[in-house]
This record gives sequence, C-alpha cells and structure tokens, in this order.
Amino acid sequence: MNVISNKWIGQRTIRPDGADKVTGRAAYGADTVMPGMIWARVLRSPHAHARILRIDTSKAEALPGVKAVMTAKDVVEFPLDKSVMLGIQDMRWMCRNVMAREKALFHGHPVAAVAATTEAIAAEACALIEVEYEVLPWVIEIEDAIKPDAPILHDFIKLDGKPSNIAGKLEHKLGDVDAGFAQADVVIEREFKTRPVHQGYIESHACLVSVSPDGKATIWSSSQGQFMVRAMSAYLTGIPQSDIRAIPAEIGGGFGGKTIIYLEPLALILARKSGRPVKMIMSREEVFRASGPTSGSMSKVKIGATKDGKIVAAQGTFYLQAGALPGSPIRGAAGCAFAPYDIPNVHSLGFDVVSNRSKVAAYRAPGAPIGAYAVECVVDEIAEALKMDPLELRLKNAAKQGTKAAHGPVYPRIGFVETIEAALAHPHYKAPLGKHQGRGVASGFWFNAGGESSAQVNVTEDGNVVVTTGHPDIGGSRASTANITAELLGIDYKRVSVLIGDTATIGYSNLTGGSRVTFASAMVVTQSTEKVITTLRERAAKIWKIDPEAVTWDDGEARPAGDNAGKFPALTLAEIAAKASETGGPIGAGVQLNTAGAEGGFATHVCDVEVDLDLGIVRVLRYTSFQDVGRAIHPSYVEGQMQGGAAQGIGWALSEEYIYDKKGRVDNASFLDYRMPVCSDLPMLDTVIIEVPNPKHPQGVRGVGEVPLVPPLAAVSNAVYNALGRRFYSLPMSPPRVLEVLEGA
Amino acid sequence: MTDTRYLAPQTLDEAVGAFAAAAGAARILAGGTDLLVQMRAGLLRPGLIIDIKKIEEMTAIVEEPDGGFRVGAAVSGAALAEHPRFGQVWPGVLEAVNLIGSTQVQGRASPGGNLCNASPAGDSVPAMIAAGAVVTVQGPNGRRQMPVEAVPAGPGRTNLTPGEILVSFALPARPKGSGDAYLRMIPRTEMDIAVVGVGVSLTIQGGTVTAARVGLGAVAPTVLLVADAADALIGSKLDDAALEAAAAACRAACRPIDDKRGTIVYRTKVAGVLLKRTVAIAAERAGRA
Ligand SMILES: Cc1cc2nc3c(=O)[nH]c(=O)nc-3n(C[C@H](O)[C@H](O)[C@H](O)COP(=O)(O)OP(=O)(O)OC[C@H]3O[C@@H](n4cnc5c(N)ncnc54)[C@H](O)[C@@H]3O)c2cc1C
Repeated sequence: MNVISNKWIGQRTIRPDGADKVTGRAAYGADTVMPGMIWARVLRSPHAHARILRIDTSKAEALPGVKAVMTAKDVVEFPLDKSVMLGIQDMRWMCRNVMAREKALFHGHPVAAVAATTEAIAAEACALIEVEYEVLPWVIEIEDAIKPDAPILHDFIKLDGKPSNIAGKLEHKLGDVDAGFAQADVVIEREFKTRPVHQGYIESHACLVSVSPDGKATIWSSSQGQFMVRAMSAYLTGIPQSDIRAIPAEIGGGFGGKTIIYLEPLALILARKSGRPVKMIMSREEVFRASGPTSGSMSKVKIGATKDGKIVAAQGTFYLQAGALPGSPIRGAAGCAFAPYDIPNVHSLGFDVVSNRSKVAAYRAPGAPIGAYAVECVVDEIAEALKMDPLELRLKNAAKQGTKAAHGPVYPRIGFVETIEAALAHPHYKAPLGKHQGRGVASGFWFNAGGESSAQVNVTEDGNVVVTTGHPDIGGSRASTANITAELLGIDYKRVSVLIGDTATIGYSNLTGGSRVTFASAMVVTQSTEKVITTLRERAAKIWKIDPEAVTWDDGEARPAGDNAGKFPALTLAEIAAKASETGGPIGAGVQLNTAGAEGGFATHVCDVEVDLDLGIVRVLRYTSFQDVGRAIHPSYVEGQMQGGAAQGIGWALSEEYIYDKKGRVDNASFLDYRMPVCSDLPMLDTVIIEVPNPKHPQGVRGVGEVPLVPPLAAVSNAVYNALGRRFYSLPMSPPRVLEVLEGA
Repeated sequence: MTDTRYLAPQTLDEAVGAFAAAAGAARILAGGTDLLVQMRAGLLRPGLIIDIKKIEEMTAIVEEPDGGFRVGAAVSGAALAEHPRFGQVWPGVLEAVNLIGSTQVQGRASPGGNLCNASPAGDSVPAMIAAGAVVTVQGPNGRRQMPVEAVPAGPGRTNLTPGEILVSFALPARPKGSGDAYLRMIPRTEMDIAVVGVGVSLTIQGGTVTAARVGLGAVAPTVLLVADAADALIGSKLDDAALEAAAAACRAACRPIDDKRGTIVYRTKVAGVLLKRTVAIAAERAGRA
C-alpha cells in the first residue's frame, strides 16, 4: 500500500462536473441534436400476454413524414436453445426484451417502432400499425406464477421436466442446518413479501444514433456503460463493434437501471433504414411500464440461536420476480442474506420466477435488500426472544476476518464489527423516544466488484494532467479520480482534468455498477500515474545526466535522491513537461486491468420513526448509517451514496410499489402515484464513515454505492415494530396497510 | 395533425363570444397547470385555447365594503398569498389554495382552474365550500350565481353550460369569532394528491358554535357539502360527542372508490379523523379572531 500523505485523498474537492451541472450546460442523453435528425416512438403491447400473429406496418409507412418502421424481424434473433452471455445478460432475453418476438410478454412490451420527421407523426404512425394478437392468460404475482396451473410464459423453461415459470435456482450450503437447528434454544421462522420498486432515476432513457453511408454508427446515450451500449447494440443489429462508437452522455441517475439498453438498437436500426440521425426519448410512463424495476419477492427465513445469543443455524428461501424474461438477482438475495454473520450452518436458496411484468434490471445491491429485509427482521425477533439488545446480538454473531461465508469466501480483514460498535456508541442509539415512536436497527452486506477498467494519464505540454477513464460518472468518480491523481503526483487538484472517454478513445471498461468504479478506476489510475512518475524521474535524470534511480518524485517535483546523486535544483512537473520533446517525447501512460480484490462492504443502520395511529402514516424522524467504506477518497460523495441508499430504502419500505390493475397493466406509471419520498418526507440522513482499509487496494477502497440500500427495509420495519408492538411482514408499510394492521389489533 | 390556436382576449365578452362560437372545440386557460398537463398527456387536443389572464376581473382580488371578498377565477395561489388581508380573514381557504403543487405551480395555479378541472380531489374546493363561497359565471345568456358546491358534476365534468366561463368567487363577510381550516391526507408531505380533504368553517360565540360548514373532498365523485356534519357541530361546545357525531356524518357521506390512492375503508376512516383535526384548527383560529 502507498504511504498516503492525505493532501487530496479524503478532501471534499469541487467536483469537475459540478459547474456544468448546476448551470445546465451538462449534456444528458436527450441533449444532443444533429442536422436532419428525426424522431422515433415505440408501439407497445396493449396486452399483458399475447401471441403476435401478424403485424402490418403498411399504413404507418405510407403516412407522410414517416422515414422508417421496424419490428422484431429487423433485430438479430438469438435462438432460445443457446445462451449467449454478455456480462450477466443473456442476449436471448435481450433480443426479446427490446422488441417482442413470438409473444408480447407484458403490457408495454415494444412491438414496433417508427421514425418520422416529428415525434407527433411518429406517434400517429404507431397508431396506424395493425397488430393481430391472440390474447393469452397472464400472471403477475409470484404466488400465482408458481402455482401448478399457472399460465406459462415460456414453454422451453422446464422444472422437473415440465414447463414452469421458475426459470432458475441458486443454492448456498454451509454445514448442516438440521443439526444446527437441533442445538438452538430459540427458532423463529417468518414469511415476507416485498413489491417491485423502480430505480427512479430522474433522467429517462434517451439516445441519438447516426449511421453514416458506409455503415459506421455513432450512439450518444445516457447509460452506465458505453462499452455495454456498444456490445449490446452490436449483438442486436449485427454491426461489428469496431463500427459502433458509443459516446456516453452525462447520466441523470441510473442506480443499476441503465446497465442494459432499450432504445439504442431500435434507433440504430431506424437510423440505418432511414439514413437519418434518429432520436428517441422514453416518456416517464414508458420508463415505469417497460424499463426494469427490481424484483418483488416472497421469502421465508428461519433462524435458530442458543440462549446465550449464538446463531447456530439459518435457512432462507427467496423467490424473486424476474419480469417477463429470466434473470432476477437471486444471487444478491440468497448470497448476501446471511453474509454479515458467522453462522456455522446455513442453507440459502433462491428461485428466479418469470411473470408478465417488465423485465427487471439491476438496482443498487441487486437482490440484497430483499434477503436482508427478511433476515434482519428475524434477527430482531431473535434478539427480542432472548431479551438481548439487537445490536449486541449482531455484534456477538458478526462476521470477521477468517469467517467462512455461505456464499463462498473466507473473509479477509472486514469492517462489520466496527459499524456495529460505532452504532452502539453513537448518541442516536441512546436518544430518548417519545410516544408512538420507535427505533429499529439492521445490517447489510454487498459483495462489491472489481473487473475490467482502463485509464490513460497524460501530461500536457504546459505541465498539467488529463486523465481519461472509461466509466460514466454517476456518483462523483471524476472527483475521486482527480483526488487520487493529484495526491500521487503531488500537484494541485485543479491541475488535473478528468474525462470520460468514449468507446473509440479509451480501452474497454466494464459497467459503472456493483460499487466497482472508484475501486477499479483508482487501481488503473494509480498504476498509470505511477508509470507517469517513473517517466518524469527518467526525464529529470536525463536532464541531470544521472541515474533514474537517483531521482525521487516528491511534492510535485523531481529531486536528487540525496547528496550522492549530485546537487541539482528540483525540476517541477511543468519544467519537465516543457522539455518533453527533447527528452524523449510525450509523457503519458495507460493501464488496463481486470481488477480483483474488491472485498465486501458492510453497514449498520439505525432508524427512528413516529406513527400517526389514526392515519397510519409512518414518518422517519432520525436516521443514521454506519458503513465501512475502506477509504473515503472523497467523503462528500461517499456520504451522498449512503444518504441516497437510505432514502431509496425508506421509500421501498414505506411508500413505493408497482400497482397492477385487473388487466395486468401498471396502474401507477407516474411519479405522482409511484410514491418515491420527496425531500420533505425525510429528515437529514446522518452518516458515519468508518474506514477499515481494504488490504488489497492501493488506497484501501471498498465499494460504497450498494450497501447503503441493503439495511433500510428492515431498519424501518423494526422501528415500526418498536413503535407499535405489531410486526409487518410485507412492504410497503403504506398508510392504508398500517391502519389495516392496527385495526386488526 | 390538428393545430391549436391561442387567444388572449382583454374582455370577458370577447372571451365568452369566442368560447361559445368554438362550440366545444375550445378550452379556457387559467394557469394551465391542469390543462397543459392533460394536453401533453394526449388526453385533450383543443382547437382553440382562450387565455383569461388578460381579463382584469379574472385576476382581481377585491375586499368589498361589507368585509366580503371577491376573488377572480384566474388569481394565482401566489397572488392570493401576497394579498395583505385575504389570509387573515380566510386562512383556511388560503392554506388550501396554497397546498396546490409546489412554489412553481403556485405561480400559475388558480382556484378557478382547480374548481373547473372538477377533480374530486381538488384541494381548494372543500375549503371554498366550507367558506360558503358563491361563484359568478358568465355565458352567452349573461351572468348567474351559484354556490361552489353546485359547480362540479362528476370527475372532470362541471355544471357550467356550453360557453360559460367562471368569473369569480364571492366569500361572505366574517362575523367575529369565525375561523376556517383545511387539512388533507396525502401519503407524502407534498407533491401529492389528496386521499381525503376536509374544509371546515366555524363561527363560535360564547364557546358555542353558531355557524358551521364542512366540505369533504376525494371521497365521492364530487367534493361534498356535508350538512349533517355541520349540524352536529352547530349548537355544540365542540365536546367529544359533537365531534364524534360530525366525524360519523363525514364517514357516512363518503362514497369513495378503492383505487391506487386509497381503499374505501381507509378513506372512510380518515374522513372522520381529519374532520376532528380540522375542526380543532378552525376553532383555535375562531378563538383568536
Ligand atoms: C405538479 C403539479 C402539482 C399539483 N398539485 C395539486 C395539488 O396539490 N392539489 C390540487 O388540487 N391540484 C394540484 N394540481 C392540479 C392543478 O394545479 C390545480 O387543479 C390548479 O388549481 C388548476 O388551476 P389552473 O389555473 O392551472 O387551471 P387550468 O389548467 O388553466 O384549468 C383547469 C381546467 O379548468 C378549466 N378552466 C380554468 N379556468 C376556467 C374558468 N374560469 N372558467 C371555466 N373553465 C375554466 C380549464 O379549461 C381546464 O379544463 C397540481 C398540478 C401539477 C402540475
């Protein structure tokens, strides 16, 4: 590990993208325009489940102003019997998600798209497309989808040889749970339900695509990965990746929801057909109906502990909605659920369930909040049964260095214990509570991720620095990158410019997701900067005509390593840069890595609520998150991640849900009726950053962005129980449901 | 594609003439915070939009010599809030109007638009009903008056006849010892739509309620005047029995629907709860008046 002087790392520097964002100059997905640009709209299925018998686009094509029409037959088909994976996405499902093929699988599933000179003409043309459907029985909820006589979405998905809506299974086993439960003095088993919730990014999906006459395509779009956009668009259109340039726009929120694409391949196909640049923007309603929320769930968790509070066995079964095509985050649910604890006997089982809803997409710590909700509520009940403080119970069972987790690893140095100790010691945990108020706690885990990243660090002729990485910046990663570069080079932060390259200007970089970007880009940026420093020392050595080994780099300048090296006045970065061409040419370095060593992240949250007993309204009064972040390169954006996760989790717990009508259509596809909390719904969300450095990272970074969304569902739920003495086993705890439970008391 | 024409007449006669001549193809534009949203959503495509904000009477707030108020139909929430006297006399009506939307929406949204949009959940309507407001409307056949509660006919429909425009709200003079209040239940703290809304206006003399009106929103196809609830309060000293009787009257008046915003059971129960809480605020204000 480097010796860190801490001049810039850990500073709350002004983010490089800040001025553009607050003045409106930042260009988001919908902000790019081109001469001759036309607009496309999508025709969507009016049915939750229907076989597509015939599509006649002739009337739409004949409408003046229409330039191109497309359907599934224009999209590359991936046969059902052969999986083609791109990251965690299977192109068999992606090709059917962007455009319905054999069947429309949910209300809002795209069936055709039209590009025309105006959006209004495109919409009018969509209405002229004749689609003949054979309407099929449909199924929305998990409990209905797994019934033996449920309508089957995909005949080719089989369980025990019979067509089924259960598309996948994942199992983790450790020890022997039966033997474990036999040793337990207290065993509690409960069932839980959560509703699908949307990532709720403010910026809807948008893109502009231009295809030149020689077939080279340029895509401007807002996503969590320009390389993912390029690869998926290439797969779905048959264009080689080298002929597609994907340019990342600023991103107005993603939270995982922009790790897949919806519009880009359609716009590309329409642009290729029409010869015109094509722009597409999803309406908010389309975002809600047809872009991925995360799964709704049904789970059962059983935990056994001895009288002295040692958890000896745990079992969990988690059913997650995948939406219409397989691929729910069962790994996050079943894998993270018990991961915070040192439990000798664990059995964790996840099922992937398809039903006639839009295909789920990643949402911060995909699946993990669902698992943690069930586990952390049961842990709370165990603590109560044992008359133990719920944090003390967690402390007693907390995973530490050397703990074997059911999902595989033996933990290296982790900081879970520190989060609980900090919560126990914090004034919040001891503050008095008033009438109808309650306090709840919960913990959570996320794997974190490494993976591929590329960076290029260049010294300009005037001695400043430009860093290019390949990751869209969602959470302030440009600021963190600048902090690290300035620190290592020993120069002022303002002299470092950080940019995000497009697919043609920087090497392959995996998605901005899984809490990997600051971790991984810090690694490639560190190595690139170290190479630059080596070059700078060599150049100084050349100027001084001494051995490079005799030159040190300190505080932004080259210095002779000691008296033996000779007496030379120090050379600054600017002075060396000015002589670059005489001493060997441009100074810069790039590094590409498949990074590893992203160790798990842990958090513990404390939440106070007050319940209006007559109206059933739950208000969060105070909320404090304690999280081991390894090293906070830029504390403001670490806190922002922690606060954002808490806010989203509070929404998930109290007010957010998809509501379906009797025809299998989303009934609340707007921000009015899909109730995300607004600012005034929340108190200041307090944060306590804990830094237990990751030994496998140059700056000690662990991922930060996912864990904050893991504990809140249970923290809020446990607080409501503490206030009311009644437990809720289903989310959201919306006012009508709270009153229902209270009246049932 | 049909085009939309825009007209901003200076006089009411001109507006009424154009509105009647368009025979159903025209829409009145006050603040536009409902109209433009509905047009963007593709629910409406009027051939003609008649902006009434250039007509003086529509945006005037007049305190009458007798102490009553006349509020133009297109007065914005922000303008009403800035009036030096209105909020002192009608704090409940003002808080209801000011609950609409956000600061940005307040710069445009009007009580006239709120009433004519005829949403059962319109926030200013229960407060206006409680206040006993009477509206003036003008159409091809001249002017007429009607009580606020007679305007809505059902969700999105009013009892204005073709060509009629809502001109103003007249609020009566306030006897000493009067106070009004409006409360709504929303799941969030703002930027939401009422699941139940209750407006109450009271006059209290010597500790006894001498006059009361109750308006109840979001629990039936139109906002309701709940006379039974008012009757339960009049003559009482706002004791528990009277409050419970008034709450029961509100619950009995509910004819809600089960929808994504609230269940029948929930809305009905909340109507009673809010009645009591709103009365408490109105009574407090009456005591201070
Ligand atoms: C973000 C947002 C938040 C909102 N929040 C709320 C809320 O909290 N509570 C609430 O009640 N509403 C809310 N609304 C709805 C809307 O703002 C209100 O109903 C507002 O009072 C409408 O007034 P306006 O002047 O903008 O009406 P407009 O949109 O101009 O008109 C509404 C309707 O009434 C007709 N009309 C208007 N004036 C007249 C007239 N003088 N004579 C005849 N017809 C007329 C119009 O033709 C139209 O059909 C919200 C709207 C938005 C966009």
